[in-house]
Amino acid sequence: MSRARGRATTAPPWPVAVPATLAVLFLALPLVGLLVRAPWGRLWEVLTSPTSLSALRLSLVTGAASTAIALVLGVPLAWWMARSAMRGRSFLRALVTVPLVLPPVVGGIALLLAFGRRGVVGQYLWDWFGVQLPFSTPGVVVAQVFVAMPFLIITVEGALRGLDGRLEEAASTLGAGRLQVFRQVTLPLVAPSLIAGTVLTFARALGEFGATITFAGNLEGVTQTLPLAVYTGLEGDPAEAVVLSLLLLAVSVLVLVALRDRWLRTGASA
Amino acid sequence: MRSRLATAALLAAAALGLAACGGSTSGAPTTSAPAGPTGTITVFAAASLTESFTEIGQQFEAANPGTKVVFSFGPSSGLATQITEKAPADVFASASTKTMQTVVDAGDAAGPSTFAVNTMIIATPAEPSEAVTSLQDLTNPDVKTAVCAADVPCGVAADALFEKNKLAVTPVTREVDVKAVLSKVQLGEVDAGIVYVTDVKGSGGAVNGIEIPADENVTTDYPIATLTGSANSVTAQAFVDFVLSAAGQKVLADAGFSAP
Repeated sequence: MSRARGRATTAPPWPVAVPATLAVLFLALPLVGLLVRAPWGRLWEVLTSPTSLSALRLSLVTGAASTAIALVLGVPLAWWMARSAMRGRSFLRALVTVPLVLPPVVGGIALLLAFGRRGVVGQYLWDWFGVQLPFSTPGVVVAQVFVAMPFLIITVEGALRGLDGRLEEAASTLGAGRLQVFRQVTLPLVAPSLIAGTVLTFARALGEFGATITFAGNLEGVTQTLPLAVYTGLEGDPAEAVVLSLLLLAVSVLVLVALRDRWLRTGASA
Repeated sequence: MRSRLATAALLAAAALGLAACGGSTSGAPTTSAPAGPTGTITVFAAASLTESFTEIGQQFEAANPGTKVVFSFGPSSGLATQITEKAPADVFASASTKTMQTVVDAGDAAGPSTFAVNTMIIATPAEPSEAVTSLQDLTNPDVKTAVCAADVPCGVAADALFEKNKLAVTPVTREVDVKAVLSKVQLGEVDAGIVYVTDVKGSGGAVNGIEIPADENVTTDYPIATLTGSANSVTAQAFVDFVLSAAGQKVLADAGFSAP
């Protein structure tokens, strides 16, 4: 990254500069609009309203839970996909990528048909345990994990595949067990990617909307995360929606700043 | 390389073509003869009007050759926000007089008239899982109920309904429009949903309807108006007149609406 940047010191020719500038404007102007039209006078009042606070709290709690679950389930899958030479690997990779490209609403419908009260799996959860994931906070987490975990898997798998396998072999020949190799050699080597993937996953979970509102519904304090509060606010008090959008924007920027630091460090060390 | 360039050129041509289409839909007919309705109009209509307005639109197009009606269905309050943000629309049909008033107050519509009245009904899944026979049953904590968000007309009506009958109902979800409530009922994820009479009728038996006695029920007026930003006000007015005409009223009555 940093090397490539160091090379391009001369001014870009106009066929590059013009569309590039347009691209920057296109991406930046909506954010400028949000900032210009924000009802700054009502900022504090809206931010401290019970609706906003409960949505923020719910977003942070479910986002953290989803990220944790994605780590516990996703890292082993990434390791498996990177290392094993099984035959269905490319199929598995395609399967993992599907939620990345699927419109989240479709993901939400799929989740309903699988885990809903009448769903393929959900009917047994309901009949045997009386558990209904839709309209519950765990349902929000399910939707977020479905949409966000692929980010972690793909990032970590890429890092694991790019790893110099001889380091792990060396550790093995020196008598380290498989778990010890994983913990003391593999994990530290992929740590930057792991952190980047984790932050991406958290950011994606935080912004999750379509799958959540379709699968988990929309109820303040239970399933109404920040993006849902923004959408609901738009129906009643658009100013409130704008303020909540600013809050989400601020959180996203914070996440990106954290991410950028990690990536710069990786670039320098590589 | 050459083929990639060709692809790019094709894409650019397609984009231009699309842009041209977009231009023709909104602009044009103001310059043509002011005689009769012609060209395309965009109608923003409440989600609960989806079936009846689609039908009315087809009849209007058949009765006025050369016209085309494009619909955008959604929650009235969201549509109103889009209109006050100057979305290119010609007619607004709302499920709430209050929402229409915000558009009128913003100077984007004038002289709305009520064209239909709707009442509420309890929708239950085709194979109900909990016994729901009346409004009172919705207070049972085991009965999972879906209603619209508090700011959406169908949510306002649902809250008014509960208040009128002094019922403490705790919904499990507040969906953003009435069709979302209906789909949650249809999928059997909830035991009951408060929707419009017309939604149950329009579902074609996919959900059951439990009627609410008239003295317990609430009604909602549906106003319609042409928008001041319309680029085709002749056709827009003709469409509004058509909705209010005997033909339009018949479609609405068939869908379960009451006459204003």
